[in-house]
Amino acid sequence: MWQTLPLWPARASTLAGRTDALMIFMLAVTGFFTVMIFILILVFALRFRRTRNPIVTHIEGSNALEAAWTLIPFGIFMVMFIWSAGIYMTWAQPPPNAEEVFVVGKQWMWKFEHPEGQREIDQLHVPLGRAVRLTMISQDVIHSLFLPEFRVKQDVLPGRYTTTWFQTTKPGSYHLFCTQYCGTMHSGMIGEVVVMEPAAYQAWLSGGNAEGSLASTGQKLFQQLGCTTCHRFDTQGRGPNLLGLYGKPVLLDDGRTVTADDNYIRESILTPGAKVVAGFKPIMPTFQGIVNEEQLLSLAAYLKSLSQPERRQPGSNRPAEPPHPASAPARSR
Amino acid sequence: MATIAAPAVERENYLNTDFRVRSWLLTTDHKRIGILYLLSITAMFFVGGFAATMIRLELLTPAGDLMSSDTYNKMFTIHGIVMVFFFLIPSIPATLGNFLVPMMIGARDLAFPKINLASWYMYITGAGLMMYVVLTGGVDTGWTFYVPFSSTYSNTHVIAAVVAIFIAGFSSIFTGFNFIVTIHRMRAPGMTWSRLPLFIWSHYATSVIMVLGTPVVAIALTLVALERAFHMGIFDPRLGGDPLLFQHLFWFYSHPAVYIMILPSMAVVSEVVSTFSRKRVFGYAAVALASIAIAVLGFLVWAHHMFVAGISAYAALVFSLLSYFVAVPSAIKVFNWMATMYKGSVSLATPMLYAMGFIGLFTMGGMTGLYLAALGIDVHVHDTYFVIAHFHYIMVGGAVMGYLAGIHFWWPKISGRMYPEAWGKIAAATIFIGFNLTFFPQFVLGYLGMPRRYHAYPPEFQVLNVMSTAGASILAVGYVLPLIYLLWSLRYGEVAPDNPWAATGLEWRTPSPPPTENFPETPVVTWEAYDYSSVAEVPVAR
Repeated sequence: MWQTLPLWPARASTLAGRTDALMIFMLAVTGFFTVMIFILILVFALRFRRTRNPIVTHIEGSNALEAAWTLIPFGIFMVMFIWSAGIYMTWAQPPPNAEEVFVVGKQWMWKFEHPEGQREIDQLHVPLGRAVRLTMISQDVIHSLFLPEFRVKQDVLPGRYTTTWFQTTKPGSYHLFCTQYCGTMHSGMIGEVVVMEPAAYQAWLSGGNAEGSLASTGQKLFQQLGCTTCHRFDTQGRGPNLLGLYGKPVLLDDGRTVTADDNYIRESILTPGAKVVAGFKPIMPTFQGIVNEEQLLSLAAYLKSLSQPERRQPGSNRPAEPPHPASAPARSR
Repeated sequence: MATIAAPAVERENYLNTDFRVRSWLLTTDHKRIGILYLLSITAMFFVGGFAATMIRLELLTPAGDLMSSDTYNKMFTIHGIVMVFFFLIPSIPATLGNFLVPMMIGARDLAFPKINLASWYMYITGAGLMMYVVLTGGVDTGWTFYVPFSSTYSNTHVIAAVVAIFIAGFSSIFTGFNFIVTIHRMRAPGMTWSRLPLFIWSHYATSVIMVLGTPVVAIALTLVALERAFHMGIFDPRLGGDPLLFQHLFWFYSHPAVYIMILPSMAVVSEVVSTFSRKRVFGYAAVALASIAIAVLGFLVWAHHMFVAGISAYAALVFSLLSYFVAVPSAIKVFNWMATMYKGSVSLATPMLYAMGFIGLFTMGGMTGLYLAALGIDVHVHDTYFVIAHFHYIMVGGAVMGYLAGIHFWWPKISGRMYPEAWGKIAAATIFIGFNLTFFPQFVLGYLGMPRRYHAYPPEFQVLNVMSTAGASILAVGYVLPLIYLLWSLRYGEVAPDNPWAATGLEWRTPSPPPTENFPETPVVTWEAYDYSSVAEVPVAR
């Protein structure tokens, strides 16, 4: 178990090793200069104390020294900047083949949804060694998902999706904290991440799941809400054909082009008039207050499944049945 | 007692001209206004300190068992708001700056004495409203007022709290622009820009930040109040707003505000290190320019508070790079202070001990700032106790140490009495030890992953938290000591000579305490700053 006086957190993701390496470098560099400054202050204070050195040697200054202690720290800072920027860019760009998990934060709990349909609260099961991408949104205030053993953190905003990712390296159970102050029970908005061997994870995924995949939930919702009336899978609908839309560029009626990602789909459901596809009228009603964040995620998962006739991981993610005609991509640029 | 120093009739000075309460409340004398500020911010310091004590006591055990979560959340909010807006920001500028800026440049008063008094009334009004908020139920948003929590979800007195800060902000703007005008227009003959004490350069830089930055936080907080009161959609996405907009506006002021807190401390340290080394500040121009560089660059780094907030990765790269730029002038200052001590004639009187403490602790605060500017590391340590430890090293280890250095250094001038030297040294050592024991363990806690603003925490963090609380109790003793012995010295302290440290500043060429008009006639400056040959006497200090 944990020691009484832990000094360094466990390392359980690929990013943790890189973060720690930079941390150790920075501890060495800043430790060296800090100790040097402390020693010099003490040495100067004692060596030149008034009783020992009553007569001052006046020195005006030195441009060479000023240049040295401007440029040397600057050079060291640039090493830190470039090294740390490399880690950040890796953190900021989830690999394309990552497993997806959807996260909804609310005062004061974490809800996780796997595309396969498994839902959890304050507990997240992930497979060992696979990259996992979290697509996150808040139902109320800003939260922040922090996984210290993975050295990963990302604020979770109301109103739009943020993403983060990690690739685990060690099975076990790890802390999950909310790190953005969110009200009364902020310190209770905690949980755990359980990293499982892939086989055990597959077994866990398929166990006790009656609801079907997230995409199939989305498909049902898509029909219940009557979306199919206008968004037909041919060119006759009053709304754009959504088949193959996900991830593609969309030309808007004001000439702009946006990518049809989760944030665009969410916005188009809640605020349909904000970005209208070129060639269509702004006739869609808003679904604000009708669909909640989890349902929005399932709708996005459904639209995504319409763009992926076959999955890279056979068996792990069953896509919802795409309606037949595999033609007609949404819009050309 | 002393045969010559205390004549039967005391010399007339700014303190004994008039003893009526009215003469204090309606004074336009910058020195008396400095004293009014000194009393008010000291009271606020102990309010903020009380909240800090409650926080540290609660964190002694992992379970949240001393108070409810709501009370704890109000405690850290009050601690933050009071310490930042009502103590640190006015601390040195409004007390020592008010007292010393006119004296150091050879002026009779600030350019706008009535506005100076108005600034104190703004401050007192804001502080009074804040205390009303505290006593009638408090506020629980954290000092950062992040939306939409503050604008929509909190059930506490958010609007009153932001109005209190808004009002107090004006005291800061008034002080800032008064200093700018005074430094431009009221320097004595011969007091050229290159002869200004570095205290003035730093206060000039501080004033620029106050005048340019404070309106932005005032606007941001006003918008929070408007959204809360009238549901105007500015920040809450449900109303069509953008929560990150608030963070940009808030940090656009609140990052430079860190420099409002630290630059005046650097101002004090430059004076103290030079005086107690009896040597001109090494690289005068570099130190002066570093102050200006900090003020300018300080406005360009705000989004380093938002690396994991959901901003673009490319914006984060730019803000990380700029954050490293602002570290350079701080490093320049540290090296120049050290070089000032080199081959000087160093006296380890209390102000110098505090100044040396400042250099050491500010260095640690600055060095750990490099970790937070490092994008990859910030992802891990952001919003953990690592951040708490870092900014307390800057604000307590730096700003408060500098403030105490300044209070001791100018105490003879302000009060006309010497503080007890032995007690001064004991307090300085107590504060240094207590401070490090309180905040060093928090760096470890932060890297381990303990989030800030947690009422309860996992049990494995307990030992480090107990160390921190133990340190805080030592620190509390260290802060109470000066309060006691400085008050004691007002009556029993040795009568101060005019220039006990043989310092070079114009303020030391006046009687202690100075007369209301500061200088009987306008001084003419014919010497460079820190020219110790211009003061003949040998310092009496040990």
